[in-house]
Amino acid sequence: MAELLLIAVGAATVNNFVLVRFLGLCPLLGTSSRLDSAAGMSLATGAVLTVTAGLSWLLDHWLLIPLDLGYLRIISFILLIAGTVQLAELVIRRRHALLHRLLGMYLPLITTNCAVLGVALLNSGSAGSLAEALATGLGAGLGFALVMLLFASLRERLDSAEVPQPFRGPAIALVTAGMMSLAFLGFTGLIRV
Amino acid sequence: MATGVGLLIALALLIGALLARAAARLPTDDEAEVERINALLPQTQCGQCGYPGCRPYAQALLLGTAEIDQCPPGGTATARALGELLGKRKPGPLPADAPAGVAIIDESSCIGCTRCIEVCPVDAIIGAATFSHTVIAADCTGCELCIPVCPVDCIRLETGSSPLPARVPA
Repeated sequence: MAELLLIAVGAATVNNFVLVRFLGLCPLLGTSSRLDSAAGMSLATGAVLTVTAGLSWLLDHWLLIPLDLGYLRIISFILLIAGTVQLAELVIRRRHALLHRLLGMYLPLITTNCAVLGVALLNSGSAGSLAEALATGLGAGLGFALVMLLFASLRERLDSAEVPQPFRGPAIALVTAGMMSLAFLGFTGLIRV
Repeated sequence: MATGVGLLIALALLIGALLARAAARLPTDDEAEVERINALLPQTQCGQCGYPGCRPYAQALLLGTAEIDQCPPGGTATARALGELLGKRKPGPLPADAPAGVAIIDESSCIGCTRCIEVCPVDAIIGAATFSHTVIAADCTGCELCIPVCPVDCIRLETGSSPLPARVPA
């Protein structure tokens, strides 16, 4: 249990998918201008990450490896991810119509969020168990949510700050993200796996 | 090779079936329904129905808090189409049967400020800056949006009769 916790915390901080591995940067910049849409996006992406981490592990270990179909890993994982994202979109659209309008195009784009495929592929590359794969997915989702919420809060503050003309807009957002990435490097050495 | 193709097809079919099941089980798709109602509305965004625009009116229609005959620009045709789409409710006395108003610009007072042209949702006012404006009576829906913006109060709403006689100075 302690080991699973370590894996999840490690995936959320030391190996944070967004700021350390630089995966899934498009939703980070796209949906982080407001805190509530960032929270919705983190929740949706976190759920998709955890579910697909488990499902892709099952697919990999029950079908792809026994049938010696390793070369189909990427395409079948994408199929799985697309199905899960479609389900998440369906649920959000039917139950939270407003959130669906807020997230707009970025919701189906979770499919092409590299962090989701990244977690699935990294899991199949390591020889971990199903629980470890789920812990990695959950940790990656929590890490994504952490970064999204921090970044969205910073950007909301930046809106009212006096930013020099050449830095306005995406420029200052990218500079901020870079500084956050430097800060996250401070987690290195927190956990030795 | 064949197992690979079979596996992918099976996976796709399984995911598709699960999604179809989930779609059937979840509550109805309000968003799509609002879109369908909204598509029937004239999109003049005039606010004569008492809602801030056509989409809010469509939402109110879906919730059942609005009647289908609240859209004067759409007239009888829209009310009938809405009644058909929403099924249950029978159209009452329709707005087009009531005398629709037409805006009239008193051209001798008009200073040509173009403000009424900017607010007209159906582009029924023609004219240019510093030149007198006039209303195309056939296109005017009587939404009254031009009346409050006129700085010289030269627009009035005529109900009933043809607007032409009123335009000729007595």
